[in-house]
Amino acid sequence: MKCGVVVFPGSNCDHDVYHVLKHLLNVETVFLWHDDADLKGSDLVVLPGGFSYGDYLRAGAMAGLSPIVDEVRRHAEAGGLVLGICNGFQILLEMGLLPGAMRRNLGQRFLCRDVHLEVVRDDLAFTSQYSVGQILRMPVAHAEGNYFDTPKNLDALEKNRQVVFRYCDPGGGPDDPNGSERGIAGICNRDGNVFGLMPHPERCSEELLGNVDGLALFSSVMKSAAAAMEVEA
Amino acid sequence: MSRAAEPTVDLAAAEAQGLTQEEFENLCHILGRDPNHTELGIASALWSEHCSYKSSKAYLREFPTQGAHVLQGPGENAGVVELGHGWVAVFKMESHNHPSYIEPYQGAATGVGGILRDIFTMGARPIALMNALRFGSIDAPRMRHLVDGVVRGIGDYGNCMGVPTIGGETDFHPSFNGNILVNAFALGVARRDSILRARASGPGNPILYVGSRTGRDGIHGATMASESFDADSEEKLPTVQVGDPFTEKILLEACLQALKSGAVVALQDMGAAGLTSSSFEMASRGRTGLVLNLDKVPRREPGLTPWEIMLSESQERMVLVAQRGKEDVLRHVFERWGLEVETIGEVTATGRAVIRDQGKVVADLPIRPLTDGAPVYRRPALEPAGLAERQTKAKVPDPGDPAKALTKMLDTPELGSKSWIWQQYDHTVRTNTVRGPGGDAAVVALKGTPLGIAMTCDVNPVYCYLDPRTGAMQAVAEAVRNLACVGAEPLGVSDCLNFGNPENPEVSWQFRESVRGISEACRALDVPVISGNVSFYNETEGESIHPTPAISMAGVLPDLTNLPATGFVEAKDQVILLGVDHGEHGGSAYMRLLHGVEQGLPPAVDLAAEGSLAALLRYLAFDGALRSAHDVSTGGLGVALAEACFEHGLGADLKLPVDPVGFFSETQARAVISVTPKAVDGVLAEAERRGVPALVVGAVGGDSLKLNLDGTKSKIQVAELHSVWSTALPRALEL
Amino acid sequence: MKARVTIYPRPEVLDPQGKAVHQALTRVGFDGVNSVRVGKSFDIELKTRSQPLAMKQLEAMCDKLLANRVMEVYEIEILGKAGK
Repeated sequence: MKCGVVVFPGSNCDHDVYHVLKHLLNVETVFLWHDDADLKGSDLVVLPGGFSYGDYLRAGAMAGLSPIVDEVRRHAEAGGLVLGICNGFQILLEMGLLPGAMRRNLGQRFLCRDVHLEVVRDDLAFTSQYSVGQILRMPVAHAEGNYFDTPKNLDALEKNRQVVFRYCDPGGGPDDPNGSERGIAGICNRDGNVFGLMPHPERCSEELLGNVDGLALFSSVMKSAAAAMEVEA
Repeated sequence: MSRAAEPTVDLAAAEAQGLTQEEFENLCHILGRDPNHTELGIASALWSEHCSYKSSKAYLREFPTQGAHVLQGPGENAGVVELGHGWVAVFKMESHNHPSYIEPYQGAATGVGGILRDIFTMGARPIALMNALRFGSIDAPRMRHLVDGVVRGIGDYGNCMGVPTIGGETDFHPSFNGNILVNAFALGVARRDSILRARASGPGNPILYVGSRTGRDGIHGATMASESFDADSEEKLPTVQVGDPFTEKILLEACLQALKSGAVVALQDMGAAGLTSSSFEMASRGRTGLVLNLDKVPRREPGLTPWEIMLSESQERMVLVAQRGKEDVLRHVFERWGLEVETIGEVTATGRAVIRDQGKVVADLPIRPLTDGAPVYRRPALEPAGLAERQTKAKVPDPGDPAKALTKMLDTPELGSKSWIWQQYDHTVRTNTVRGPGGDAAVVALKGTPLGIAMTCDVNPVYCYLDPRTGAMQAVAEAVRNLACVGAEPLGVSDCLNFGNPENPEVSWQFRESVRGISEACRALDVPVISGNVSFYNETEGESIHPTPAISMAGVLPDLTNLPATGFVEAKDQVILLGVDHGEHGGSAYMRLLHGVEQGLPPAVDLAAEGSLAALLRYLAFDGALRSAHDVSTGGLGVALAEACFEHGLGADLKLPVDPVGFFSETQARAVISVTPKAVDGVLAEAERRGVPALVVGAVGGDSLKLNLDGTKSKIQVAELHSVWSTALPRALEL
Repeated sequence: MKARVTIYPRPEVLDPQGKAVHQALTRVGFDGVNSVRVGKSFDIELKTRSQPLAMKQLEAMCDKLLANRVMEVYEIEILGKAGK
């Protein structure tokens, strides 16, 4: 198992994800420079949070033009795992690997706080260590996380079981911190190998930070990779 | 392109650029001739209050700046203290008051940008930001606009940089109606041996320019920060400096990478007075000279004059001195990050700054005579008229039902929760934030070590108005106390001294007294001042702000295993009050917010008692005895207890040794702690051993705060109090 | 009356957004671009049918709210009568 964390100019959660993968889970992990069209043999490609190119046009828009992006697309189309967190999710939307778009938060302001999430899918490589209906606590930190698509497309998204995480209150009741349609916090592609979410699992993967709800997302990937290798063997 | 004739240089021109007659004559004397227009601009920027500290320097020498942990005191871009395990912390606080009043969003944003550059020019990676904000009355003209702009500006810049904003303070007071204060703090970490000092050395070494291009932004910003606002201020606006956090982010990454190459001799950001002050400071510290070719300076617009290029305050620009022959290594690093690099000159041994443009020498100035020869003023100081009246003790009305009075106090923007502000700041990025905003001190973990770094910033301008010396001492004492509440040993102070016009003897007196108060407290509590900044001329139409010597302090925790919470953690834990009340209401929040009275002497500061209390708290925290600790400050015991209840929505049943008036008294050297029932005896014994008064006042539990104040009983639901407190600020902002 | 108000950063003010878009355009092959300024535009329908009055109102809106006069300039374009 090898992980690659893409570094765009303006990425700022690259080291945080790297830390979790490399130091907490002891997985071989490398940084991938946006200007090099090379994934260096990564099995999991992570598009980290941050403000790629300052997010000056639309969040994620300019990163979607980087040379590495074509490689990421090829990797995804071949069934490789791609995880987009926060700005990485926005980039996946701009790349068209995931459907929909982000609007500014309903409150029109950057929002950094803990939110609660309901696990909707636990059969993905990214979520096997969770269980459906489980309530997670995770930090968000974004200004554009208000997920949008047309009602027709949203219906299709739900029908195809692409909603992975939904915002909720601590008891599991409906809550929507940023105005996202249908409380959508994270979605996957139809094949389930590309996953984007606005909350930051890498920020709650250590006891020291008082919350480890995010660690299972990364360990799910490791577990499924190990299982896949066994099958191959 | 032919250039318009150079403006004539005479006394009137010098005065227009901010020099006095005496300073102008001194300049001519140093040069042995009259300066030309460009030289006059350079000299007047260097001798502006903002760059030269001419009215403060003489007093700032009183600060204790040495200490076992200090690696670099004042005089560099930021101070450096030792953390242990081979790591150092680099930190500084700086004001961006004037620009933020004119254009709050950009002013605050570029303030954050500037302080971050001060940290990474030293070779440290910034890991935390704080800010201390003082606004006027929320109903004053433009105030809601200013609050909104400043908060968005700080957030957008820090968030994009990926540096968490983990603490600070925000206050509202009418004395800031015409001059808000935006003080930004940044802290970085580095390996001890990778600290870089901004000294241009090695004649023949090339000088490189990196980052954004130069435009007409903020020309003479340093001079603006050295003048008071008046009715014409709007007319004198320089082009607003616009922050570009994306460029700064790549500049940060590229600079840190460049430093690793070993090819960088010195690095300096272009802040106030731009290229002028950065190049002169580097050469002055290095005791060298330099030649600059302005033709090489990347420009955003055509037609810039040498005067404009030397004084532009365009943001996100750096000058660096490279090792001769290794420019290409550096060029490669910067270009990889998409940054523009130009060689604009070289270090010389002449001790002079020779500036060339279009083949001609446009300025030729001696460096050290101008930097070291900057004027120093001990301005006349005079105790303010009416001080005795101001300090006369006022009658303190009975609050009636203490719970109702407490609710009223918490229902103000001053004492209400500031979460509306700090939720707009990314405070969890970098995954080190162990204690974020809202507590006494913020704490970040230092990855790869067991260490934690704690930081806080504090000052009560009302105390300082009533008695600047005591007020300044209180700020230092409170910062030490806040750090002690998380178990941190203080390592150093960065001060940000915000005052009115120093040419006003009363302001000069306030300044002198404040500096003495800080010095005395820092000496007694053994915390050296390692960096800082002075902001004068915070005055509008002759009205000065309250003196505001903001104190930021950083400390270290040996490990994070037993980190106490701010608020109550578990039912049945015992609540212990450390310290005793002396019924002090001079400048108290209770008198100000509920009765509109700002009078009397501020609470006395007993530095010995503060030292013992802080040592006790640190000991208990390290020992693992503390479940929670919260200091008693603005709003007294009442507000401290309410805040302790909020963290986990837990109530408490308390019998306190104060009456309802004393419930809001602001006597210093006090803290509220909670411990497990089993730990009580040990804690009391340790307190006694250290001479800190300690009293068990009740237990944590239930969903109400139940009070018995010297026989007066009162009770309120924590949820009710919390809902008032948590919504007070957004309601006041009319959101 | 229909009008379009366009707001731009003042020419001498740095426009980080414009700079970034310019660089992105160059990166994807549009190398014939000299500069980019990013502004915003407002389509506003006014009750009045008088052009001078409309201009006066729009200028006041820009000065008071729509533009940040410290760093932005605006242009007003009358598009025609409403309801057409």
